Parts: sequence; C-alpha cells; structure tokens
Amino acid sequence: MKLPLSWIREYVPVPLDISMEELESAFVKVGFEIESIEIQGSDLSGSLVVAEVKEIEELAGHKKPIRYVGLDCGEGAIRYVICGATNFKVGDLVVAALPDAELPGNFKISARETYGKTSNGMICSARELGISDEHAGIIVLPAKCAALGSDAIELLEIKDVVVDAAVNPDRGYALSIRGLARELSASLGLAFKDPVSSVNPEKYALNKNGIQVSITDPDSVSVAFIRTIEAFDPSAPVPLWMSRRIEKCGMRSISLAVDITNYVMLELGQPLHAFDAEKISGGLIMRPAKEFKTIKTLDGQERKLSDDELVVADMNGPLALAGVMGGASSEVTTSTKKIALEGARFDPMTIAKASRRHKLSSEASRRLERGVDPSLAEISTARAIDLMAELGGAKYVGSAKAGEPRFAPIVKFDPNFAGSYLGFEVALETVEEKLKLIGCEIEKKSSTEWLIDPPSWRADLLTGPDLVEEVARNIGFDQIPSRLPTGNAGARLSDLQYRKRAVANFLADNGFSEVYNYPFVNPKYLTDLGFTGDRAKAFRIANPMSEEFPDLRTHLLPGLLLTAQRNQGRGHKNSAIFEIGSVFRDNVKLPEVPRLGTSSRPSEGDLALLLSGVPLQPLHVGAVVTGSIGKDDWAGAPAEFTWSDAIAFAKKIIEESGNTVEVSSSDFAPWHPGRCAEIQVDGKAVAHAGELHPRVLSMLGLPARSCAFVVILSALPFREVRRVSPVLTMPSATQDLSVVVSKDISAQQVMNSLRKGAGDLLEKIDLFDRYDQIGDGKISLSFTLTFRAADRTLTAEEVSGYRLSALEQASKDCGVVIRS
Amino acid sequence: MSISADDVKRALQAGVAAIAEAKNLDELKQVKILHLGDKSELSKASQSLGKLAPELKAEFGKVVGQAKSELNGAFEERLKALEIERDAAILIEERVDVTLPRTGFPKGGLHPLTILTNEISDLFLGLGYRVAEGPELESEWLNFDALNIPADHPARTMQDTFFVEPLESKLVLRTHTSPVQIRTMLENQPPIYVICPGRTYRADELDATHTPVFSQVEGLVIDKGITMADLKGTLDYFAKAMFGPDVRTRLRPSFFPFTEPSAEVDFFFNGRWVEWGGCGMVNPKVLKVCGIDPEIYSGFAFGMGLERTLMVRHGITDMHDIVEGDIRFSQSFGLGGR
Repeated sequence: MKLPLSWIREYVPVPLDISMEELESAFVKVGFEIESIEIQGSDLSGSLVVAEVKEIEELAGHKKPIRYVGLDCGEGAIRYVICGATNFKVGDLVVAALPDAELPGNFKISARETYGKTSNGMICSARELGISDEHAGIIVLPAKCAALGSDAIELLEIKDVVVDAAVNPDRGYALSIRGLARELSASLGLAFKDPVSSVNPEKYALNKNGIQVSITDPDSVSVAFIRTIEAFDPSAPVPLWMSRRIEKCGMRSISLAVDITNYVMLELGQPLHAFDAEKISGGLIMRPAKEFKTIKTLDGQERKLSDDELVVADMNGPLALAGVMGGASSEVTTSTKKIALEGARFDPMTIAKASRRHKLSSEASRRLERGVDPSLAEISTARAIDLMAELGGAKYVGSAKAGEPRFAPIVKFDPNFAGSYLGFEVALETVEEKLKLIGCEIEKKSSTEWLIDPPSWRADLLTGPDLVEEVARNIGFDQIPSRLPTGNAGARLSDLQYRKRAVANFLADNGFSEVYNYPFVNPKYLTDLGFTGDRAKAFRIANPMSEEFPDLRTHLLPGLLLTAQRNQGRGHKNSAIFEIGSVFRDNVKLPEVPRLGTSSRPSEGDLALLLSGVPLQPLHVGAVVTGSIGKDDWAGAPAEFTWSDAIAFAKKIIEESGNTVEVSSSDFAPWHPGRCAEIQVDGKAVAHAGELHPRVLSMLGLPARSCAFVVILSALPFREVRRVSPVLTMPSATQDLSVVVSKDISAQQVMNSLRKGAGDLLEKIDLFDRYDQIGDGKISLSFTLTFRAADRTLTAEEVSGYRLSALEQASKDCGVVIRS
Repeated sequence: MSISADDVKRALQAGVAAIAEAKNLDELKQVKILHLGDKSELSKASQSLGKLAPELKAEFGKVVGQAKSELNGAFEERLKALEIERDAAILIEERVDVTLPRTGFPKGGLHPLTILTNEISDLFLGLGYRVAEGPELESEWLNFDALNIPADHPARTMQDTFFVEPLESKLVLRTHTSPVQIRTMLENQPPIYVICPGRTYRADELDATHTPVFSQVEGLVIDKGITMADLKGTLDYFAKAMFGPDVRTRLRPSFFPFTEPSAEVDFFFNGRWVEWGGCGMVNPKVLKVCGIDPEIYSGFAFGMGLERTLMVRHGITDMHDIVEGDIRFSQSFGLGGR
C-alpha cells in the first residue's frame, strides 16, 4: 500500500523533521515491511507556475507536430514557449517551467533558440515533474483551479513523501490510510484522529426511495448498503487534491464518480462500486449466478460464470462480479447522472475464489479477500455520498440495506499469559494499554480473566496468542530477551543419516564432486536412455516449470548424465560427479486419500491411510565419470577410469555399510550390456555399475567408455555391530597359481572354488593377472593365495598341499587347468 | 712374528694418511676396511695381545688402544667432512622444485549445501535436537491443511505449488520442510526438539537469486513453558554459529498461518540487515491437529533458506552456480574443513 505522508498527517501529527530511517523503523516495528520510500519533488526547484494558454501557432515542416505557444503566466506580458504536445487548447491551464527552474534529472530550463523561435520556458508533462509516468501529453489543470502565476509545486502537492508499506494477509484493515495511520500513531506514540469520526451516516436514512437490495446467502455477503443519488454532474472536474492523492497511491484518476469510490477505498479500506442507476431494472440482488452464464466486465471481457459464483444482479441479469469487477452494462459513463453506490462486506474466501477463477486481482478484491471492517459498508457509502454532493452537486435520493454486519466474537483472555508466552515480565497495565491502543475494549472479570472485544476491523483476533502478538509488536519485538533452551539427551543422527554422510565424504575424498540436480526430467529422454519397467513409471507434474521437463526422476542417472554433459561443454574432459538424492516411482497403487479435517487430530486409521498415500522415495547415490579421476599434469597421466573401477566403488560403498556383496553380470540400461554388474545383498539387487552404453554416450556427446554406478542407499540393510577375528602375528606363506579357464566362467566363481578348496588357513586370494589372448574361448587367471596359521609358521610343503587342493576344487567346479 | 709398538705407530700413520687421502665416502669405506677392519694391522695387534705376558700386555694394550681410538677419531672426522661434501654436492644435485604443482591430483568436493546441512545438524545435535527428514513428494494435507493453510490460500495455487497428476492423489512437491514438523508431532509426544533440513519446491523461475528447487532448514521445539525468548535465544545461537560471534539478529512482526505471534528474522552482516527467514510460536491450532494439548505445551518454529545463507556467508552471487553442477563449484569447497 502506497501512502502519501501528507495524507497521513491529516490524522497523525507526524513530526515535520522525522527522518526516513525513523519513519521506516516505526513501520517495521509494528510489522510493516517498507518496500520503498519515495521523496517526491526534492529534485525540483525554481519557478513552476500555473499558466493559461493564450495563443497556439502550429509550426509546419517538422517531423512531428511542434507548437509555438503564448502563455499568460500572470506576468503581464505573454511568454512564448515551444511545445511538442498537442493535448491542449487555447484557454487551458497548464504548468509552465520558467528559465531558472530545474526539473528532475538535473534538467535545467533556460531560454533557448529552437525551431527558429525563442522558447522562454517549457510546458510540463507529469513525467517531467517526476509525479507519474504519464507522458502522453502535458498536464492540463482543471479550469479556474488557481490564479495565473501561482506556484504549481504547491498546487500539485508535488513535494511529498510516499511510503510503500507491505501489508501481511492477516491485516486487511491496513490497506487504507485509516489503518496505516492508526498503526503509525501507535508506533510513534502520537495521537490519532479517526477519519471515520467526521462521517455521519445517520443523515442518510434508510428508505424505499432509491435502488433496493437483497442478499440470498449471508455467509457470502453479510451486509450490503446501496445509496442512490441523482443530479450528479458527470462533467464536474476531479479536484486536484483528490486526483493527486489517488495518483500518489499508485492508481489513476478517471472521472469524478469513479475517483470518489477509489478515494474512499484508499482512505477507509472499503471497496465501493458505483452503478449507473438508470441501467438497473428493479432492485439489486446479491446471489449465486445460477442461470446467468456469462457477464461482460468493465475491461470488455466476456466471462463465464459458474453456478455458485456470487454476482450482483438485477431482474435482467448480472451487473457485477461481486467484489471483483463491475459489469460493462451498468458502468458509470460520462453521461451518468443517477448513481447507485454499493458498499458490502463480502466473505473473503468467496472473493478469493472468484478472483482466482477469473485471474482478476483488483484493488477491490485485494482488500475484500483479506477481510474488510463490517461496519464500513454503512460508513464508507455515506462518506462517498458526502463527496458526490460536495464535488458533483449530487442530490441524495435514498438508502437501502440488506443483512447485518457480523463482528468477531469476544475473546476470553488471561492477561498474565502475555508475559508467560513472551518470556519476560509484561505488566498488566501494559497489556491493557497496548490492547486499547489497537482498538480493543476490555471488560475485566478478574485479574486472570479479561473479556476482550476486538475492534470491528480486527476479525483476526480470536485467540490468546493473537492478542499476545498485538501486545508484543506494540511493545517492540526488540524487548524480547534471549534464552537458549536445550533438548533431549542422546540426540544422534539416524543410521541412514550417518551412512549418507560417510558415502558423500568417501566419494568427495576420492575425487568426486557432489552436485544437486533438479529432479525434473523429459519422458522421451527416459525412453532414449532405455528405461523400462519401474524406471519408466514416472510421476507427472500437473503444472511443470517447463513442458519439456514434466516428469519426476525415477533414477539419478538422467540428471547426472546431463550434468556430465554440461561439464564436458565447459571443457572438463575428466569429470567425476555424484549426487545423493531421492527418486520417485509411480509403481504402486496408492490408496485413496481420506478427506481430513483440521479441528482435531485425525483418527489413527485415517492417518495411517494418509501416510500410506505418500509413495516411498528411496535414497540413491549415483555417479558418472568421464575420462579419469584427476588429470594429466607434468608428473604423468592418471589411469583411465574403467568399468572395473565403477564396480569397485559401488562395492566399496556397500561393503562399508557392513554388507557382503554378490556381483553378477547384468544387462541394464543405460549401461553397456556386456560391461554392467548387478550387485546384490541378501539376494536383492542394490546397485548397478559399469561402463555406459556406447549409444547413450554418443547421444549425449560424452566420451567413449564413460562409466557410472548407482547404489540404493536406503535398501542396504543395517548390520549389527561388527565382530572381528584376532590379528594373527605368525608369518604368512604365499603360493601363486595360474589357471586356464573358459571365458564363460567368472573370476568370482573361480575364486569361490579356490577358497573352498584351500582350507581354513587361507587368509586371502588376490587376482594379480588376467590374460585373455589365449584364444579357443579360454582365459588365464593368476592368483596369489596367502595362508597363515594362528600358532605356527607354515612350511612350504604344507601350503603347497593347500594350493593343490584349491586347484583340484576349482578344476572340479569350474573346469580350470593349471597353466603350463 | 710379533707386532711392535713401532709397527702400531706406522700402522696408525699409514691409516691417518689413507683417511686423509680418501676423496669420497666410498673410498673412505675401503680405507676403513683396510685400516680399521678385522684384518687391519691394528686389529691384528689387538688380537696379538692375548699371547703377551701380563706385564707387557697392559703397556702394549694401551698403545694399541690409543692408536685405534686416534684412528677412529680421524675416521669419524673425515666421515663427517665427506658427508657434508656429499650433501653439498650430490643431494643438492638431486634438488627438486617443490613448487611444481600437481594440478592433476584428484580434486573432489562436497556440495556446499551438504556441508552447511551437516554443520547445522551438528550444531543442533549439540543442543539435543534430532535431525528429522521427510518425503519431498508429500501429502497436500501435511503440507498445507495441517499447517492452518486453508484450501483457498493463495500459496496453494498452481502458480506457487507443483501438483502431481492425477490431482486426486493429493500429492504436492513440498513447498517447505514444515510437513516434517507435522509428521514429527503426529508421531512423537513432547518434549520435541528437531531440526529439519531438506529440499523444497516452489514454482519460481531460476534466476540469480531464485530457484524452483531449493533447500530449507527448519527447527521445531515443543515443550512445557517454551516462550518467545527461547525462540530468540535459539536464533541468536544459530546466527552466531553461521555468521560469527558478532552477528546481531532482529525480529520483525510478520504473518504465517502456522505461527502466532509470527516474525521475520534478520541478521546484521557486513553493514546491512539481511532477511534470513521466518519464525514464531507454533499456532495452537497446529498443535491441536497433531494431538498435542496447547494448554500444557507450547513451542516455537523457525525456517531458513539454505541457499540464501550460503550466498551471504560465502559471497556466492549467482544461484546458477549452486544448481548447475559445474565441478569447479563443489571443488572449491573441498570437504568443507575450515
């Protein structure tokens, strides 16, 4: 809400020397953030005077119309100036800047030769004076508004401070000069004169003379006033003080009738609507649209109405979208003399819904959907009638009323609660003072029970904490002391949280860079990556940021691959990235969600149903490596990161969690079908790792042989505390063994057999060589077998016996033969 | 054949001369074997002592001992000199340029959001808070209704919130981590002390300061006698841990449906007030929905954007750096040590 300080000063004696910092902190203290403070007219100086246009000479032969204008500036002689605008005629009053004047932007006015004439000043537009963005033409002042030669700076109230205060949704009353003036007075400790006090609605008695009104549903509109006037002069000018205030508040001056409704709305906070009374057949009725299917609104749009939507109608059809926008058919025009003025207290939710349905947010709907003081329908319409009579010569016809205002209930309040909730002592007198300051009435039943009657504009004050907030903000939140509470002993991370940290640290430690990708994916891209089954079952976002990425990720690789691509594009030939995050799969039929209320805790059954309606979102870690980890430098080149490294990293992550892995060959997109490992724990696949599919790599422009791995962190079982064997101190004995075996037998199978045959004293097996150039579908594997006993040094004969039995086992199980 | 004192003297002189002539450590090693080794004259003299009569033994022993000691002394001295010479010559030859950078050394890094999350989690673990997490694809009721955000609230429009198809599924991408608070209160009785970090979603276009996918951390405390002073103290403690011991905080009255009173919290950093997040006393309506009696318990909640915290703290000027995944960004944070 933009508010001119000059207007505020009508109700609050804000000191003239207040600094902008003081002004801002006064608003901030009571909860109004200041968007901006604009000091208008400070960069304006010199002679700016009211002048009458006496002569106009059109200068021909220029690219644009140029006028040579004679002005009477009250100086006795005619002053001539050049002007490029054409929106004025002889006899109009304009604003002239004389040589010596300085306009905003260091624009110094001086007498100068131009278009073959001498220009002794300038006729000003609103933008040139820095008072609005209007620059379609120069300012034409209302006739006879001031003496020629008088100061236009003062006349136009140019020098002013305009504060733009942000108003939170619970404070609808503050979308008005009245509301914010009250807040400022309380914050600065100054007197407040309520603008309402000078309005006397009693003088406009209810009768049957004017347009009548009725309400069908008091829940959607509790009270409505319609006041009718006639003999209004539609050509009466808007007085400058009114149009200037409207402009300073960020609205536009339109016509006297419309400006009066807007002015009263800005002043008091109650939106008003003016109907051309001649265009109303019978009375007005506030009702659901039902059989009325469309309405043409003021902005010329034909709008569809839904059945239950609230409209203001007459017997022939809808005349306004209630509280949101008027209809074109009953619009006040330049010939309207008879006006029916509507002021109503609409239900905020009704207005919010309508405003959203029609994507129409107006100054009126903004206020009504935050809740307007129910007593204002009566007062503000009276105020507007006053102004119409005073400024437009209107004659009062009559007033009608429907419904009754509904006020917020009385709140039972223990005043000691303020201090105990805020955490410092607040005297009861202070509680009383602050509540009265915001307009509450207090009936003290006892020292622990007060009955608080909130003011009519504070429908939001319903509970103890609501009242405490009022007390606290008027004392100042800066008075709240600082105390540090501590929680429960034994707080620790969950096992999964520890695991997540350990994995991230492990990967970062080993040269991987962590990334956080958006979980939004393109469905065709998922298909291109070869995703099928559960990984093709993505949730779709109803309103995605971009139609290109409407789905939620089912896997981390789609995002990681695009990030790898971006890194390639930025010249990082070698990149190793990882991400830890949730994935989303629409692969389980979710139960229908119960409709739950919010007045009390839902039943355990409903809660269980609600929670089971949220899909499980497993936690994955994924990584993509292009090239190698590390890069070439003077000391040499690091080894290329290969499929076997990817598998080793995945295995390490799983083994670190205390689990034992089984690795087998897999054909799983988007990996290379011959170079992908599936890793299982307890017979369940928990990871895939290896080289990426060449087609996927070429599609994304990633280097050949790039690798990836993904581990489902949340699927890894949590193991009991690890128990370990004693560290044996006797010397070990080693035996090497090279075997030839069919290509189809995995190294893992051979090792399992060797382990089985080698006996209990085998400590470990290391595969130190693999040779695949033998041909005939065979490969050679070379192992080192390490043996150790707890109690003695093993002899060569003994361990060569174990080696032999290992070999026998492997030749039995896997058909290996010793390599000669 | 016996060895005379003169022989010893000659052997000593020969040894001293040879030591002096040794030009390097290798030669000196040979000289040592020759003149001080088992087969050297002096060793033989020592060995011959056993055969001498006792009266001669003492006198001759002394001569031999002195000679050996003198020669050993000469040797040690020469050794030291030659070692210094070797160090000066050969090791200096081997000198390397230790400033040669291993630019190829593997350089990983945690994303600063992870580092910050860990740091904040640890801070609050130290105060006895648990770290609570919840799903990002969340029930609309938990994300809105239970937090006193009614069905027609502007935040619930498609302009702000991502909804999932079909709309009857009543699933949204959570717009804040507050549903984790609701889950915590539904599942636990007070005292409750939790910190809830996590990813959140709002339909904002990505620009230098906004991102549709961002991170929050929220705190929730429900206990007997919790006041706004407890909230203020906790925020002060948090702010100091984030921005240094001299940082000041300020509460400004504000509005959130789920807290009453509500406040915005700002902190004073590098000469200006910076908006940090929202906070307040948990609205009794919210406690009631979770089955917690507001007559017995009260509590506070606060929530901050992690990206904003990061940007202010580390001087990050563009949100794109945080979301784009360029390896240089995470690498510049390393493992987050200080």
